[in-house]
Order: sequence, then C-alpha cells, then structure tokens
Amino acid sequence: MKKNSSLKHKCGTLLNQDNVAGYVFILPFIIGLIVFTAIPFVTSLYLAFTDYNVLSAPKWIGLDNFKKMFFEDKLFWTSFTVTFKFAIIQIPIKLTVALLVAMVLARATRVTSFYRAAFYIPSLMGGSVAIALLWKQLFSPKGVINQVLGFFNLPNDTAWLGDPKTALGTLIALGVWQFGSSMLIFLAAIKNIPTSYHEAAIVDGAGPVRRFFSITLPLLTPIIFFNLINQMIGAFQAFNSSYLITQGKPLNTTLYYGVHLYNKAFNQFEMGYGSAMAWFMLLIIAFFTALVFRSSSTWVYYESEGK
Amino acid sequence: MTIKNITNSVSAQRRVSTLIYHALMILVSFLMLYPVLWLVASSFKLNGDIFTTATSLIPKNFTIEHYINGWKGFGGYTFTVFFKNSLFVAILSAAGMTLSSALVAFGLARIRFKGRNFWFVLMVITMMLPGQVMMIPRFVLFNNMGWVGTYLPMIVPFFFASGFNIFLIMQFIRGIPRDMDEAAKIDGCSWYGVFFRIIVPMIVPSLVTVGVLTFMGSWEDFMGALLYLNKPATYTVAYALKMFNDSSMSDYGATFAMSAASLVPVLTLFFFFQKNLVEGISVQGLKG
Repeated sequence: MKKNSSLKHKCGTLLNQDNVAGYVFILPFIIGLIVFTAIPFVTSLYLAFTDYNVLSAPKWIGLDNFKKMFFEDKLFWTSFTVTFKFAIIQIPIKLTVALLVAMVLARATRVTSFYRAAFYIPSLMGGSVAIALLWKQLFSPKGVINQVLGFFNLPNDTAWLGDPKTALGTLIALGVWQFGSSMLIFLAAIKNIPTSYHEAAIVDGAGPVRRFFSITLPLLTPIIFFNLINQMIGAFQAFNSSYLITQGKPLNTTLYYGVHLYNKAFNQFEMGYGSAMAWFMLLIIAFFTALVFRSSSTWVYYESEGK
Repeated sequence: MTIKNITNSVSAQRRVSTLIYHALMILVSFLMLYPVLWLVASSFKLNGDIFTTATSLIPKNFTIEHYINGWKGFGGYTFTVFFKNSLFVAILSAAGMTLSSALVAFGLARIRFKGRNFWFVLMVITMMLPGQVMMIPRFVLFNNMGWVGTYLPMIVPFFFASGFNIFLIMQFIRGIPRDMDEAAKIDGCSWYGVFFRIIVPMIVPSLVTVGVLTFMGSWEDFMGALLYLNKPATYTVAYALKMFNDSSMSDYGATFAMSAASLVPVLTLFFFFQKNLVEGISVQGLKG
C-alpha cells in the first residue's frame, strides 16, 4: 500500500490524468498510423505523379502515369478485367456456400465442432505457399482431379491451368474452398438470433423455407454486408494464388491486378507507375464499397430501426 | 394407431434424418480436407508412385525419404535454418502485436480522454484500407532506412497495433464490469496498475487469439519475404518453399514433404487454440 501511494504521488498526478493516460495507451497506434500508414499513403500519392526507379530521385511527370495506364498499357486493362471477373464470380459463390454451410451447422450437435474445424482448416492455410504448390499439382494434366474425372468416365484431358478457359476458374475454386472464415462469421450471427422469433413463427404456421426468408435472412443482412465488403477488399488485392500458381498465364487470363502492379514496381522498377496503379485500385475499392454502402439502405435490415 | 406408435415412427424418422445429416457432413468434410490429406499421403509415396497412384490415399510403398532429402534444403541451407528464421519472425511479430494492441484497446475502451472518438474512427478506417496501396511507399521507406535484406520490415510494424486486433480485444474488455477498475482506482491503483493487474489477467483468451492469429499470418506471409529477403540464409519457410520448388522441379515428393512440414505449426496451433480462433473470427463480424 505504502509503495503504491508514493508511486501515485510521483507520477500519478500528471501521467494518471485521463487525458494523458489515454494518449500513453494509444501511443503505439498513433505512431504506427503516422509512420506506417499516413506517411506511406501521402508518399504514394506523390509518387503516382512521378517517374521513379528507386535509384535516382523521383521526377515529376504530371499525369503521364495515368495516361500510360489508361491508353497505352494493354496489360493494365487485362489485369483489371481479370480481377473484376475473379471478384464478381468468386464472392457470390463463396458467400452463398458459407451461408448454406453455416445454416446446416447451426443445427447444434456434439460433433458440429469437428465439422466446423474441417470446413475452417482450408481457410486457415489456403493462402500459404504450400497449398499453392499443391493446387498446381492437383490440377496438372495428370493430376488427381483429372484422374478422378477419368474414374467416372468424364473427359479427363483438360489442362486446367494451361487452358485460358479454365485457368481462372481453377484459382476461383481455390478461393471458394476457403469459405471457412465467412462461414464462422455467419454461424456466430445465426446463433445470435433469438430462438423465440422462430418459435413465434412456428406457432403462426411458417415452414422452414418461409422462416429462412422472413427471419434468418433479413437478420443476417448486416453480416452479409460486412462479409461482402471484406471479401471485395480482399479480392481486389489478391496476389499469392496467381503469382505462385499460374504467374498470370495462360495468355494473361489469370494476371491479377496485384500481380501486374508488383511486376511493374518490383521487376521493372517503375515505382511511380506502380503507385499510380495502387491509387487507382484504392479508388476502385472505395467506389465499390460506396456502392455497396449506398445500396445497403434498400436491403440491409437493422433491427433497431424497427422497419 | 396408438400414441406410442406415432412417437416411435417420429423418432425413427428423426433418427434416419440425423443419420443422413451425419453421412452427408462426413462426406463433405472429407472432400474439404481431401487436398490436404492427398498432400500428406503423397509426401510418403515414392516419386514414381505419386501420379500413377494419385487417387489412393494410402502409399503403396511407404517412404520417409522425401522428408530426409527435402530437409537438406538448397544453397547449403537446411530447412532447420528456414524454420528457425520463420519462428523468430513469427514469435516477435505475435508478441509485438499482442502487447501493442492490448495497450491501445485498453486506452480506447476504458479511458475517457479528449479525442477518443476521433482516434476510434481513424482506427476503424484503417481496417478498411487496402494494404497494397502502402506496399511501394513502405518499401521505399524501409529501403531508405537500410532495412531491406533484414527482418525488420517484417517485424517492426507489428509493434504498432492493428485495427482488427485492437477491435477484438476491445470487445473483450467491454465485457468486464467497470466496477473492477473503479474499485482498484479507489484503492490507489493508477491506470497502468489497472491495466496490468486487473485487465490483462482477465483478457488472456483474447490475447491468445490475437497472438495465434498473428503468428499464423506471419508464418504464412509470402509477400513480405518476397519483397524484403534477398539471401538464402535469411529465407523464411514460406519463401524457402517457393525457391525449393523452383530449384527441384521434378522432385515432387520432396516438395510435398516440405509443404506438409511447413503446415505443421499452423495446424498444431489450430488444434490447441481452436476455441480462441473460432471466437476471434466470429467477433470480426459482430461489430458493436
């Protein structure tokens, strides 16, 4: 006690005031925000208008990077389209699967935690180099996928990763396989729905389908909204699967925006151009996020509003 | 029909549907885990058997040779070196992230200081910023500081908290009654005493979640290694695996063996801390 009070006397008066202590505690965040986020953010905006190769000082070139991006660099549009396609196909499939599986798992049984683990493990390691190398082998011409297809007498000579028609689909499959973390978020939300809602609906004679569309789905819309934004931000930044599995091949049909950006900035050392690409990506993500936010008032249901 | 008969047939029906449910779930679980099982099975097969017996999960001629050969690594460095490097980076990152996020979370959740809402909003905004926008300027920054080629760019940023982790711990702190802090303050405890003596012991589960998730993220981080590591002696497992694969294209067995080995720490942590992780991921979606 005595030690405590003497300590309190020394530094307690100033350091212990709410206004000071608050800032002491959040200091790591403030420093990190300035050094590793704010400064890089502003630097990157500046670099977007320069010609910069790391070795010599950045040279101001105005809008040239953007001109090149929009009118000269064909791969820019290719990578943009590929990423857009990847996002727009993968996200709905992934979220639908995640929601369906969560609905099924919500039926509480003792072994649910085993199934939950089995479905979540792919998310846990799907982004790793090990799985990327594995995926490449699973879908190789003589890989296990084709062998299983052959077993069922289906066409088994597809070069999944070599054929421009199937390569992107193979990478999308890898993404969908990792539906586990979205599923966990849905699962927690479903368990949060008071059982009394369902009981009341049963009394009123509502069947399971009706209950899903009238109770579960509306109450889940905020979570769907959250997952949608999360997945969108992730999809536009996708890198590993393309870089490690296909390297953008064949015919650039799997050249993600992130991979093209990396190639430009770190293989060809066009850091200014890369920064311009990064900022364009930020604007695109912001645009789509705003779009989802805007539309949310029509489909996201918040209980407290009492609609 | 008597009542007993009806209940019997209902419960029989229920038993059949439960059976179908479990049969289906086991089948789907198996399909989900199949790629990983296949990887492990193949790592114990002879190179000649991997693709000729690809559909079988049981090695015809069991061998651990790939683990022995693969472990020798490349460029004179064994996988012992790469595992040590990865452990070093991942442990420091996890420790830094846990400590810094806990401090910030406590400040934002408990202390009423001027500007608290402003910083909270900023934190939420950082959660939505795409990291790739920062990739180039961060590289430039670390390059100017002479940090390229060291682990510093892969560790130091983790000592400055991150939005998601702060948020996760904040949710946990909010569940602790404020009476606890107030009682301790009346007894002469400072804010720092409240944090270290009262709060920290009570939020251990959330700290474990943050620590484990950060460790796993760091362990699997490929991009960081790709950008910042340039000498084989410093490679982490994730990066070494890629280089190993490039250098021994035809030795599939060894690549599979080292791939499987690289997943062991992540899987082990998952089995020990499954509950923490599941809760952590769930909180992510349940913003207050």
